[in-house]
Amino acid sequence: MNAREKEQYLREYHVFKGQGKPFFPYTVFKDGTMATLTLVVIIAAAILFGAELGPKADPTTTTYTPRPEWYFFFLFELLRVVKPPALVFMATVGIPTICLVLLIILPFIDRNPERNPLKRPIATLTGITVIAAMAYLTIEGAIAGSPTEIEMKVAKQYEPGRAVAASSGCLGCHKIGDNGNAGPGPPLTKVGARLPKQAIARTLINPTPPMPSFSTLRQRSPKEFNELVNFLSSLR
Amino acid sequence: MKLLPGPLRRRRPAEPDGRPAAVPGDGDLRRGHDALVREREKEAERQRRREAALEVPISVAGWLDERTGLGPFMRGLLYRKVPPSNWFYTLGSATLFAFLSQAVTGVFLAMYYRPSATEAYTSVQHITNDVFLGQLVRGMHKWGATVMMILIFLHLGRTFFFGAYKYPRELNWIIGVVLLVLTMVMGLTGYLLPFDQRSFWATVVAVNLNSSGPIIGPYLADFLRGGAEFGATTISRFYAIHMLLVPGLMAALIGAHLYLVVKLGVTAPPWMKAEKARELAKEEI
Repeated sequence: MNAREKEQYLREYHVFKGQGKPFFPYTVFKDGTMATLTLVVIIAAAILFGAELGPKADPTTTTYTPRPEWYFFFLFELLRVVKPPALVFMATVGIPTICLVLLIILPFIDRNPERNPLKRPIATLTGITVIAAMAYLTIEGAIAGSPTEIEMKVAKQYEPGRAVAASSGCLGCHKIGDNGNAGPGPPLTKVGARLPKQAIARTLINPTPPMPSFSTLRQRSPKEFNELVNFLSSLR
Repeated sequence: MKLLPGPLRRRRPAEPDGRPAAVPGDGDLRRGHDALVREREKEAERQRRREAALEVPISVAGWLDERTGLGPFMRGLLYRKVPPSNWFYTLGSATLFAFLSQAVTGVFLAMYYRPSATEAYTSVQHITNDVFLGQLVRGMHKWGATVMMILIFLHLGRTFFFGAYKYPRELNWIIGVVLLVLTMVMGLTGYLLPFDQRSFWATVVAVNLNSSGPIIGPYLADFLRGGAEFGATTISRFYAIHMLLVPGLMAALIGAHLYLVVKLGVTAPPWMKAEKARELAKEEI
């Protein structure tokens, strides 16, 4: 906006303001109505849905699938969509940071004096696209599994083991199929071909640091431990 | 106005001043007149009291104004003209109200919550099961966060589509975006506090994601965890960030946001310009 457009806007705004009604009581009434509605919705949700409290946090569990609060689903879904390890930092930090910077500097990008949404199609369409993308990612994130899911196809009998591996944090350091980080651990996509079943079980119990030991899992749930070993040795 | 009932009048032959009641009709009239006067005096007294009661807030306001000089400011604030608006314009104040609701319920939760890895979970259990209305307040805090998040995004959408971030309100847009980020930080830090499996593991993942950021990522993650690993200090760190650092920042920024709203005024709906032009065109014809 140049100086003339600024001056024109301020004059126009002055006219609109002159046509308006006093803040008290007109605006106060509207805001008060909305505030009451907000409080009613909060209390109704609190009574109807409550706030659940799951089992106590246990840092030694290896089989918990983390879920974020719903308004972070779109960020987590980004992680699932981006596969190549070199680009993972783009999904975790890169894209959100770029979007945030763009949002902050928006008034300096869009300097068109027009304010009517119908008369600035680029801005309006961009806004609708961003909302649609966020809504899509949120819904996908809500119905899909967590970012620690392993999408690799396995035979039916190995599926429980795959679930154990997915929720055990293996993907933090290992790559299994298309999922997981490329390091610091070796890829497990074909680990069954490299190591016999017994060796896999031994490594899980007495791993090379920094890998954590899975001996607590074996003590607590031998079945899950065996499923995990069977799944890993099936990867060839 | 009620006159004395008939039977009572007949039983009293004279006025207290001893004047003879020679003509019954005349005395009746006179007593009726006295009652009327008394009634009027009472009415006047009541009126005086009502006026005196009305004087109280005025004199309190006057007392405050004399000492603070806030009178003209408050008048300017309350009776300033607001351009014609619609219900979309209430989203910002509704977000503010949700923030206030979070602040109030948060204070009550803080009275019972203990931010340590060993006690946090049991104290939340205590709030949920034993404390009077504890479950309701905890539910309100949890759902208030969701409602606030929805409202802040709707408010953002309204500001965007109405072009309200343009001159002269660019700075207020930036403050608003920072408030959005701080609201999300509140959501993230608050999620750990119940310290159940769900909140713990989600936070572990979130902090690990932070650490994947370039340059400052690992340092930020270390700062959040209070070390290289999730430990005993992590939860008190999140608690301090959640209830002292971020709310303080938010309160200050909300103050600045509101100051600019009052100073610059809220925008008129963007289609008003077209209407106005059309009206002017009509007038010219």
